[in-house]
Amino acid sequence: MQTVVDLTRCQGYAQCVFLAPEVFELHGEEGLLYATAVPDDQVEHVRQAAAACPVQAIILGEGVSAGAR
Amino acid sequence: MPGDLTDGRIVIVGASLAGLRAAETLREEGFTGSLTVVGDEPRAPYDRPPLSKQVLLGKTPADTTALPMRRDPEADWRLGVAATGMDPLEKRVMLADGESLPYDRLLIATGTRSRPWPNPDEASLDGVFTLRTSDEAGKLAERLAAGPERVLVIGAGFTGSEIASACRERGIEVTVAERGPAPLVGALGGTLAKLAAAMHRNHGVDLRTGVTVTALRGDGNGRFTGADLSDGSRVEADVCVVALGAVRNVEWLAESGLAAGPRGIACDAGCRAFNMYGIVTDDVFVAGDVSRFPHPLFGYQMLSLEHWGNAVEQAEVAAHNMVSPGPLRRPHLAVPTFWSTQFGLNIKSVGVPTYSDHVVIAQGSLEARRLAVVYGYQGRITAAVTVDMAKSLDYYKHLIETAAPFPPPPGAADRAIAADVTIPSDVPDPSGLSHGPTVALTGHLPDRRLTVVQPTR
Repeated sequence: MQTVVDLTRCQGYAQCVFLAPEVFELHGEEGLLYATAVPDDQVEHVRQAAAACPVQAIILGEGVSAGAR
Repeated sequence: MPGDLTDGRIVIVGASLAGLRAAETLREEGFTGSLTVVGDEPRAPYDRPPLSKQVLLGKTPADTTALPMRRDPEADWRLGVAATGMDPLEKRVMLADGESLPYDRLLIATGTRSRPWPNPDEASLDGVFTLRTSDEAGKLAERLAAGPERVLVIGAGFTGSEIASACRERGIEVTVAERGPAPLVGALGGTLAKLAAAMHRNHGVDLRTGVTVTALRGDGNGRFTGADLSDGSRVEADVCVVALGAVRNVEWLAESGLAAGPRGIACDAGCRAFNMYGIVTDDVFVAGDVSRFPHPLFGYQMLSLEHWGNAVEQAEVAAHNMVSPGPLRRPHLAVPTFWSTQFGLNIKSVGVPTYSDHVVIAQGSLEARRLAVVYGYQGRITAAVTVDMAKSLDYYKHLIETAAPFPPPPGAADRAIAADVTIPSDVPDPSGLSHGPTVALTGHLPDRRLTVVQPTR
């Protein structure tokens, strides 16, 4: 599972950091760093973070696979 | 449905953010025909912003930043093969492997690549890097992890500044050489550039401004050892990152008859490409970094943007227009927005800061390292930049969209005196910077009644 945060939208509410601290991390007061590939045991936490984000900036999904069409 | 716009053959050239989002949107908008996405890198679409942040900090491997699909676009992915040309009459895209793909409608989203160091021998020294692709980021991250003595960064635009920040966070000594008067001055103007210079120096960056790098030096065995600067000084370093901005990937269109040049491919507000005579096409669309388009909020000048958000929004508009009849097409009017994280600060921008003659610090202060700067041009608000004040940005975006008067009225500032201390925005001549601005107008500098012609290299 892959994640990307639309940092144009992100306003630093940091709900994701509380809900999935192993994936999301604040860099300074409101900058956000995150693990782009979500470990399997963190998927549920990241889903909760995506749902809780006040500006709905977290996108979660599969990447394009090599043989995909 | 009039015509058969939801059916037929669509080819997208460019398999990065804009290409992927366009492919998804085409299906969301009901396109049922055949969809082919061509990408010159062998990798599936991936996200680039983490490359200069998480990846260089060693927190995320470079090859794990694949972009999530919002939905499967059911496309035929032709990855690892470059497009080499297009024939607008035969309606075909030629590929490097000799094949050619027929299309009914084409979307060009080939983006940019990093501008290389101009001397190829020096550029090929071991230890000299650029940073744009996942591969480049992976190699640079590996070298940083090995603990170099000193890194030289050439160019203090956003990428150069983020690289310097990552180096300092890892405890690596870093020298930054910038031709302009301060970091980020080309994107943000003089006021915030002063804060940027202070951030570099406070974090231990050896910042050299007003200088150019005249030569990269090797040890005779092909290893980079340092560089000569235009002020006669020399920097000893074992890693060099060339951060001189981006080159638009338009060369493959040289024979296409499209209006494609160093600033990108010109298109109308509906993302339809212009040909070289300024006649709009109706079957070739453009989106993302490679495009340049007219924007009403900034005097209808052609804008070319290297922004994540623009790639997404323009791709969605282009895709919508590709499957919609004329009257249902939408203009791409999004207000430019971007962000950068460096030295622990979150810098966000809305509008076009270089389209300005004056600025005012509406909230916070340079000293507090927390502020909102509002930019104005001829009495109206054209941009705002926040540092660690992201929540304020939507408010200023609204003022830009509604052409609110500058300086901002009471209520838009937390300092009663703010409106009284407008200062010149100090937008520099872009030819005096070592990197390109991430927002390029046509070269017109609104605060100086001056047009700058930049010779192409």
